[in-house]
Amino acid sequence: MEYILIIIGAVFVNNIVLAQFLGICPYLGVSARVSTSVGMSGAVMFVMTLATIVTFLIFQYILVPFDITYLQTISYILVVASLVQMVEIILKKVSPALFQALGIFLPLIVTNCAILGVTILAVREDYCFHLLQAVVFAIGHALGFALTIILFAGIREHLELVDVPSGMRGAPAALVVAGILALAFMGFANLV
Amino acid sequence: MGQLQNFTKGFIRDNPVFVLLLGLCPALGVTTSAFNGLGMGLATTFVLVSSNIVVSLIKNFIPSKVRIPCFIVVIASFVTIVELVMEAFMPALFESLGLFIPLIVVNCLVMGRAEAFARKNVAWSALVDGLGMGLGFAFALTLLGGVREIFGAGEIFGLSLFAGDGMLVFVLAPGAFIGLGYLVALNNIVKKKLA
Repeated sequence: MEYILIIIGAVFVNNIVLAQFLGICPYLGVSARVSTSVGMSGAVMFVMTLATIVTFLIFQYILVPFDITYLQTISYILVVASLVQMVEIILKKVSPALFQALGIFLPLIVTNCAILGVTILAVREDYCFHLLQAVVFAIGHALGFALTIILFAGIREHLELVDVPSGMRGAPAALVVAGILALAFMGFANLV
Repeated sequence: MGQLQNFTKGFIRDNPVFVLLLGLCPALGVTTSAFNGLGMGLATTFVLVSSNIVVSLIKNFIPSKVRIPCFIVVIASFVTIVELVMEAFMPALFESLGLFIPLIVVNCLVMGRAEAFARKNVAWSALVDGLGMGLGFAFALTLLGGVREIFGAGEIFGLSLFAGDGMLVFVLAPGAFIGLGYLVALNNIVKKKLA
């Protein structure tokens, strides 16, 4: 039950894109087609889960015992960057099909603030997670990202066919649509 | 391109938020008030200027294959400096910007300028570029924060403009997206008029 609550909270209430404003760049950048947004969501879920496991262990067993938590930012970004590189190399060797599907999205993920944001949030004092909870927390946020970006891509495919005033064409219209989606997600506030 | 043009391009023509659509996460996340927007903008400006200078100085020593990790380490060091200084001297601002301070590391704007400009230019040009882009970013964040504060709370920089409550939605998440959408549209129109 506890894990279900964490997932519902992460997907709907504190949605990573629409409520916490993380990962906006890929959200606007790769949401022109539903198929690319599905690929991006898969890559994000994969890296976010792995990165949370590794950074959680580093935080608990290296940074805290040696009292160097101020190095959190530097060590986390290095872990995320090298992890992405490693995943890319391993996938290329082990599963070329999956690499084909996720390949082009992996380098983009290094500067996806959703990954770094979730790894930092997972060790915040006010949650007091243990490892399994942190992993579920990461998966929940990745699911929330997938849900919103696929919804948004579906809307944007239709938006292309609509006659929009010239100044509003492109990014402005997409942002207003995102705002309306955020408005809808506000309905889930206080659910958990 | 003259240095003056190098400096001013960040405000309207190549504004990082309104035109390049870089660094949108902090632009949307912290701009609940004009003051927060300004604070975030200046913190990013500091990181951008410092990392631009350092990247430009060390550009001949780093092999191009590993340049991205090198840039990240440089940027992350300056972000840690900002984090510690702000926590010590401006705890209230540090509290309200929260998670977005460490996230300056992954601000595409900082990385983008290192990759696109600083590693190809001398330190002086990189400094001017960083300052111009950073202040353009701060300008955009203050503007968006101001709009949201005026409509959402009826205040600007904490000064009350009119009595009564504002439209709460502008302070909440949807207002950020919608406010930014209209500001981008406005910038498109201004840019067309100037050209």
